[in-house]
Amino acid sequence: MHAPLGATAASDNVSRPLALEAIGLVKRFDGTTAVDGVDLTVPQGAIYGILGPNGAGKTTTLRMLLGIIDPDEGVRRMFGHERPHDIARLVGYLPEERGLYPSMKAYEAIGFLGALRGMPLAEAKRRGRDLLEEHGLGHAADRQIRQLSKGMAQTVQLLGTLVHRPRLVVLDEPFSGLDALNQGKLERMIRTLADEGTTVIFSTHVIAHAERLCEGVAIIAGGKVPYAGSVDAARDRIPAQVRLETAAVDGPWRAALPADVRHKGNFWLFSLPESGIEPLLRALIEGNAGILSLSIERAGLHDAFVHIAGEAAARALDEETSAEQAR
Amino acid sequence: MTDQMANTRMSRLPLPRAAFVIARRDFTAILFSKAFLFFLLGPVFFGLISIGAASVGRKAAENTTPAVLAIAMDQADAAAIERASDRLDTLIDLPDMVRVDPLAGEASAILADKDRNFGAVLTGTLEAPRLIGTEERIDRWKGEVALAAAAARGSGEDYPEVALEPTASSGATQRSARAGTATGSVTLMFLLTMLLAGMVMSNLVEEKANKIIEILAAAIPMDAVFVGKLFAMLGVSFVGIAVWGGLGGLAVGIGGMGGGMNGIGMAGLPAPAVGWPLFALLFLIYFAMAYLLIGSIFLTIGAMAPTVRDVQTLSMPATILQLGVFFLATYATSDIGSPVEIAAVAFPFSSPYAMISRAAQEAALWPHLMALGWQVLWVVVFVRFGARLFRRRVMKSGPQGAGRSGLIARFMGRGGKAPA
Repeated sequence: MHAPLGATAASDNVSRPLALEAIGLVKRFDGTTAVDGVDLTVPQGAIYGILGPNGAGKTTTLRMLLGIIDPDEGVRRMFGHERPHDIARLVGYLPEERGLYPSMKAYEAIGFLGALRGMPLAEAKRRGRDLLEEHGLGHAADRQIRQLSKGMAQTVQLLGTLVHRPRLVVLDEPFSGLDALNQGKLERMIRTLADEGTTVIFSTHVIAHAERLCEGVAIIAGGKVPYAGSVDAARDRIPAQVRLETAAVDGPWRAALPADVRHKGNFWLFSLPESGIEPLLRALIEGNAGILSLSIERAGLHDAFVHIAGEAAARALDEETSAEQAR
Repeated sequence: MTDQMANTRMSRLPLPRAAFVIARRDFTAILFSKAFLFFLLGPVFFGLISIGAASVGRKAAENTTPAVLAIAMDQADAAAIERASDRLDTLIDLPDMVRVDPLAGEASAILADKDRNFGAVLTGTLEAPRLIGTEERIDRWKGEVALAAAAARGSGEDYPEVALEPTASSGATQRSARAGTATGSVTLMFLLTMLLAGMVMSNLVEEKANKIIEILAAAIPMDAVFVGKLFAMLGVSFVGIAVWGGLGGLAVGIGGMGGGMNGIGMAGLPAPAVGWPLFALLFLIYFAMAYLLIGSIFLTIGAMAPTVRDVQTLSMPATILQLGVFFLATYATSDIGSPVEIAAVAFPFSSPYAMISRAAQEAALWPHLMALGWQVLWVVVFVRFGARLFRRRVMKSGPQGAGRSGLIARFMGRGGKAPA
């Protein structure tokens, strides 16, 4: 098991103030430890992913960060405040289980969510109409939620999360239940928010979303966070893989190959040596290996996840992703 | 100071404002729903039931403290009729008779004595008795009086003609009628509270079913959700009461049913001891108290129920609790000042019912001030307790539908499934 790398994230972003910080968060439910010592740091303006399979503790962690439930142990800070409620109007939250009052009109629903975050109702409703127009749903503004498609209703709720212009947006499994088109739209919205300086934290069990969007991730499995830091640092935890094709099958040059080398078809596969590729290349050329091709592949976040969280967690994650794609 | 103001602008809404946001949403959502029309129709039936219950209550009050016949004859006739009555009493059920001084005053003054439960006054002589009282009462007693007078004279079957002199009311009729008003208002308050508290119980299921509860929990204090919902439903019920009261007033106005001149008004109900305007105000206040007390408990119970089906299951014991409170208050109605009535006044849930019953029968106002203070105290206790329990339990259950655990386990605090 690897040590948490919350400190890495902090050092990576030493010049950026933190939007969110968790130190040793623990939550137990009736004797079962749901979250066991979560540490993470999220710099302001970052897109940050909490990555893990269902039941790993993502939602509980988010709920603790938002103050919906209190941790049994540990400290959380949002923009330096230890009580999340002290800055509730700066936060927007989209829970995993989406829901709106079915009889409300779309712009009213956004207005209501804005009023909950301290906006005057009339202003929130007005802005609700504007947001719906901006996102191509102006025609649905006066339709009741029950009359909207699931995708439209989810967009309405997301707009309700943003109506009060929060500085921190927390999205719990935001891509869940969306088709590919709407997932693309959501990814663009998240990027736009970050470009405007809003910090976005989202939980997901789909590695691809985190890999495309996030500068930092916390990998969570079994209630623990074995890794929290930048995506690059996570990927760098696994040495790059070298794929070598040689004309010769044997020779003294083979002694230069690293210990983890495997022979697969015409290719030699091994981790990039710590000394780099150049000494190895020299040895191959001098040993007349006859290099036909050579490529160096950097590890993906999925590989990093397997490496960090273990095969079982990765398998669970893959199964959930496949099941959702099948739906 | 500036930092403080900035912090206030950043922090979540304070409880009253957050409760107002919730109450406004709920209030308008209910008021502009089609179901509200049906809600308005329901109490029309309640009204009919109330009138029936009031009449039953009046009968019950009469039986509890039977009316007495005041004998205001000269001493010899009065003694003779008393003896005859004693003789006949073993054979026939005659009204209780009490001798009064025939010079004490007019019959109407005797009847108006609220400390004595006189149903009618017998004056005149044994040969020509005169029976004074309400029409209903003297009509019922004229036979017994003729029999007793004949027996007193020793004239066998030669029954004297009893002259009847009807009056508008008597102390006994006023008391029993006020008991009827008390029972009617207790019944009406009970029916309204039962209907509205039942709606409160299922109120939070909507949020749980629509998955909105977590958004609310993240944005505002959960106490505000609790308080907002309670007051929204109270507001809705006041709208209903205003509509029904307006319709009732219109009916009385059009039908000319409001007497008022003889202490009988409001569709035939006698004026309560504190007078109609104050009684109406007290009714609204006590209704609000009864609603907030039982509503806070029901809302807490309802909040623990994960589905509408569970709410229905829970509604049975809740209804039985309400019925128990109603029966206690109704029982106490006929016996103001008794230990049972004082217990009903002191027990928070039955206190509003017992006190509206008092307002119908007793003119003193200071007990209402004391009772309202007592009830407000308990409202605060129950609302805070309910809100606290709600806040502690409701978000422990993890994502909705992620797994249901038994209600008992929920109440025992062991039902929460760890969220993902």
